[in-house]
Amino acid sequence: MIEVRQLAKRFGNTPAVREVSFGVSAGELLVLVGGSGCGKTTTLKMINRLTEPTSGTVLIEGQDVSALPGHVLRRGIGYVFQRVGLFPHMTVEQNVAVPLSLLGWAAGRIRERVGEVLELVEIDPSLRHRRPAELSGGQQQRVGVARALSSEPKVMLLDEPFGALDPLTRDRLQQSFVGIRKRLGLTAIFVTHDMIEALLLADRIAVMNDGRLVQVGTPHELLASPADEYVERLVDTPRRQARTFDELMAGVAR
Amino acid sequence: MDLLPGYLTAHLQLALVALLVGIAVSVPLGVLAARVRWLEQPVLGVASVIQTIPSLALLAAMVPLLAAAHLPSIGYLPAFIGLVLYSVLPILRNTVTGLATVDPALIEAARGVGMTPRQRLVRVELPLAMPVIIAGIRTATIWTVGIATLSTPVGATSLGNYIFTGLQTRNQSAILVGCIAAAVLALTLDGLVRLVAVGWERRHRGLLGVALGATALLYLYTGVTLGRELLRTQHERILVGAKTFTEQYVLSEILAGQMMHETGTPAEVAQALGSTVAFDALRTGDIDVYVDYSGTIWATLMHREASPTNRSDVLSEVEQFLRERHGIVVVGALGFENAYALAMRRERAERLRVRRISDLVLHAPTLSIGGDYEFFGRAEWRAIRERYGLGFATERSMDSSLMYQAVAQGNVDVISAFSTDGRIAALELVVLEDDRGAIPPYDAVILASERLRRRHPEAIDALRRLVGTIDGDAMRRMNLAVDEGGQSPTAVARAFLEALWNRE
Repeated sequence: MIEVRQLAKRFGNTPAVREVSFGVSAGELLVLVGGSGCGKTTTLKMINRLTEPTSGTVLIEGQDVSALPGHVLRRGIGYVFQRVGLFPHMTVEQNVAVPLSLLGWAAGRIRERVGEVLELVEIDPSLRHRRPAELSGGQQQRVGVARALSSEPKVMLLDEPFGALDPLTRDRLQQSFVGIRKRLGLTAIFVTHDMIEALLLADRIAVMNDGRLVQVGTPHELLASPADEYVERLVDTPRRQARTFDELMAGVAR
Repeated sequence: MDLLPGYLTAHLQLALVALLVGIAVSVPLGVLAARVRWLEQPVLGVASVIQTIPSLALLAAMVPLLAAAHLPSIGYLPAFIGLVLYSVLPILRNTVTGLATVDPALIEAARGVGMTPRQRLVRVELPLAMPVIIAGIRTATIWTVGIATLSTPVGATSLGNYIFTGLQTRNQSAILVGCIAAAVLALTLDGLVRLVAVGWERRHRGLLGVALGATALLYLYTGVTLGRELLRTQHERILVGAKTFTEQYVLSEILAGQMMHETGTPAEVAQALGSTVAFDALRTGDIDVYVDYSGTIWATLMHREASPTNRSDVLSEVEQFLRERHGIVVVGALGFENAYALAMRRERAERLRVRRISDLVLHAPTLSIGGDYEFFGRAEWRAIRERYGLGFATERSMDSSLMYQAVAQGNVDVISAFSTDGRIAALELVVLEDDRGAIPPYDAVILASERLRRRHPEAIDALRRLVGTIDGDAMRRMNLAVDEGGQSPTAVARAFLEALWNRE
């Protein structure tokens, strides 16, 4: 479905992403994980050309993304932003409708579709006419997901979508997202620096470090056989936490 | 149709249209400057330089520029262009700032959902920059309404007419009316812009509707009255010019009243024109008729010395010069002279034993002289200085209506008085004898454009009936009635005309 080949980006003389290659098959969720500055967000942005690559190619359904004008390409790909990115001067409804109006949908059809996706992300219809500033952080990001989903894209890109939320809200949104994705059979790339989030959500995980792809594999493969010391360290934290948690639970049981 | 007082309507016609054009120029320019980075500094720089020009000077500078371009240089156009230029900076700067301060994350979001650069601008950047742009428009609104009062000296009617007339004729209440009306208008329009902004921001349909409706009505009214006026200007209207002092206001009203009475053609007065502005305006046909003084033309335009002090010689040479060189019709002399004259307080002159200008030479280095705005730049002053070897300790320019008060109160020792000014006698001043003949005679003459003679020969005939009807005493009385008696120039002119018509 998505094919990334030797994708690289330099900012001036500084390489941000060094010849990264991976594939995502239809209906799969790939989580790009790594520390800050590892190039994961840049890699994500090169897929819908928010950032133009220095070299390499990206194919979506076999088609080179550089063949289309950038804005046309982006209209077909759902994108959820790190800092939400809702337009503050528009209502919830208007925000969700933006991609549809850009695609030239008729007003009636837009209204219907906006209702559907807001229901999908569990936003109460009474909030439709509110401005983003009047919503909680969790509600805002639900609307952000709804906007990305509104035009029924085949591919979704998510840039640390739940990073800024409190743990409870994040958990609820993660659960909702898992459900929605299963239901729609979405192909998605999800960027996070949180290994636990990666392990919980991913079909496969791609670990990046210093602009390079270090390991790609299922959560199980990563836990069982980390490719190098860096991956080892990344998976060690959740593993240790899980052990501590188990001990605590055992103590409670006794 | 004219629901509002004439000066207010004229003021709206200037300020509202200038603002609209200012917005239409500045916002796109601001967008361009925000997009094309290297343009930002030059564009903002030019706008800032325009802003540093004193507003009155900016409007006045339009007169020769437009005349050089063979465009109407007196009246609406120069004031309008000056106001547009003045309104540009605040809107432009706020547009650039507003666009520059849009959160980059939102610009990326706009790109991310697939907007083209133009869609991004229209749907995201401009709406988000709007509060800052509106703030700029509000500043421009207040400036434009305020500065529009300075349109009067370039011949455009505005609320400034109250102020300038009041200043010239020492009518404090007229000055106050003008100032307060301009201030109230500025605040009202500012409030209206604010209302539009608030309604838009809060998505308040009712508020927005009321504010936009009121704005639309104002523009409709302005548009209709302006359109009607422009149409009328092209056909049936005689424009009488007046320079910046009481006598000119009275005389211009007399000329206008006489022509309307005799021919039925509407005649209007363009007030407070500088003296060369008035002459240029007549030459280019921007005004049709005004009163000038033979000595002024003699000295300023013909660059002649005062040697032949014979009134009729000067008059006939001036007539010939105007006819042959400028195609201007000299209708005739009104019958009095209004000469530049040096005047002092009687008591002070007697103490210093000064009777003639040559007596001043000894004392001048310790004395100060006050003159109207033009005086120290005029050929007559150069001639006086050279002929007598006069050098005063200080030269102070001031409004001609204030200089009599200034000399009477001893703020200055000598002034460049006008010999027909009633305040010379009223304030116990004496006119010093020009014993070396540096000052030419100043017969008041009616000058008319060639166009007026072609189009309205009957108006020229009407004016000719005024020739020789006003002697020095009559003019002094009329001036005094305005300056000290508190009457309006229009009323004084009407009284004169009615007496004239009754005699016939």
